Amino acid sequence: MTDWAGYIGLIIDGAFVTLSLTLCGSAVALVAAFLAGLGRLSRFTAVRALAVTYVEFFRGTSIFVQLFWVYFVLPLFDISLSPFQAGVLVLGLNVGAYGAEVVRGAIKSVPREQFEACIALNFTQYQRMRYIILPQALPLMLPTFGNNAIELLKATAVVSLISLSDMTFQAQIVRAQTGNTFVPFLTILVLYFIMSTVISRAIGLYEKRITRGLDGVRS
Amino acid sequence: MNKPIIRLDKIVKAYGTHTVLDGLSMDVKAGEKIALIGPSGSGKTTILRILMTLESISGGTIEVDGDYLYHMKDASGALVPANEAHMHRMREKIGMVFQHFNLFPHKNVLDNVTLAPILTKGVARAEAEKRAMELLEMVGLADKARHMPAQLSGGQKQRVAIARALALSPKIMLFDEVTSALDPELVEEVLNVMRRLGEETDMTMLLVTHEMGFAHDFADRVLFFDRGRIVEEGPPDAIFRNPKEERTQNFLRKIIAAGHRV
Repeated sequence: MTDWAGYIGLIIDGAFVTLSLTLCGSAVALVAAFLAGLGRLSRFTAVRALAVTYVEFFRGTSIFVQLFWVYFVLPLFDISLSPFQAGVLVLGLNVGAYGAEVVRGAIKSVPREQFEACIALNFTQYQRMRYIILPQALPLMLPTFGNNAIELLKATAVVSLISLSDMTFQAQIVRAQTGNTFVPFLTILVLYFIMSTVISRAIGLYEKRITRGLDGVRS
Repeated sequence: MNKPIIRLDKIVKAYGTHTVLDGLSMDVKAGEKIALIGPSGSGKTTILRILMTLESISGGTIEVDGDYLYHMKDASGALVPANEAHMHRMREKIGMVFQHFNLFPHKNVLDNVTLAPILTKGVARAEAEKRAMELLEMVGLADKARHMPAQLSGGQKQRVAIARALALSPKIMLFDEVTSALDPELVEEVLNVMRRLGEETDMTMLLVTHEMGFAHDFADRVLFFDRGRIVEEGPPDAIFRNPKEERTQNFLRKIIAAGHRV
């Protein structure tokens, strides 16, 4: 008889690694998305070019290859990151590249007339973004941000390849030690699903909160 | 005679190869109420948008209240393109009301009116709100201060937009077809507010309008535009009752045929 309690404990440990990766990765992704998304709308050509390069590079290469570069190739240039740091960085930058397009699209969908009203009222560029444009663009970004966060959660499994003991990694250990595939993989299936449901609910609630009183605005 | 508060000197505005304004010059005296009329595409809205710095100019100079709008003098006294700080200072003198109101949909009526004074002039919130309530009172909407723009009718939105522009106490107000997007029964409430403004303040006001009756009663001077030029200008009676130019006559005939009263 297999001692499942101990093995499930291993998977739970992995679940915490997955959770930390998702939270930290999402934080990096959010910052990267806003920097690159706003950067793509900059009036400075160099800033726009930098943002486009970042987005195209991270969207156009696989997360697996990016991870190997950051973890195994960068040390050759004397930049060493822990597996967790490397994982957070790659996940964040990768998903942030997709998020940047969401930020840009949402800002561009705010009607031009809102920008013009801001000029007529003599707001600075910063005030215009902070008080008028972003508050209207944010509700448009949130549903896609939710999708991106769930994509990031699922992509965390790839870090097992650089020996980080996330949930998937642990499930494979359990499978190797017990010879049983069904139990560990059913466990992580359920855990992934619970986590993604929580993310999607949380985003949904936040969306509701910030759009309160705005019913019928976008008619 | 006073120096004009607005002076356009040989203004050129072109979009690619399409020239909208081709060397337009005009003066506006302080306190003058001017109606700009003419067929669509004649450049009248472009003039307001240029004065609000929503469009750039391709050539010429504009002076507003004794200072260049798009230029500044460098150390040697030569005229160079204005930087953002200069334009920011100049925009303080000018307010604009738009055809489609352009209220901020995520802010309530009071916040729409107070936001600019608080952010751009550093007015304390309490003071900004007191002034906003006076302005909302004047446009007859004090009871709607806590409403969201989506809960208002078009006429109410436009009156809020007027209060919002006035909150910055501009010397010059630009009205760009402010009743064109309104249902006919809501036009009068907005025109009434503008009438009061005209009577009770000495603000310089430029309006682009298709309301010829209102232009006649309201304006000190009417400018008839066609193809980027001022074809004819004069006191309302002269333009509306006794237009000299054939193009003005044709335009007014068409407007009357379309059901606008003069």
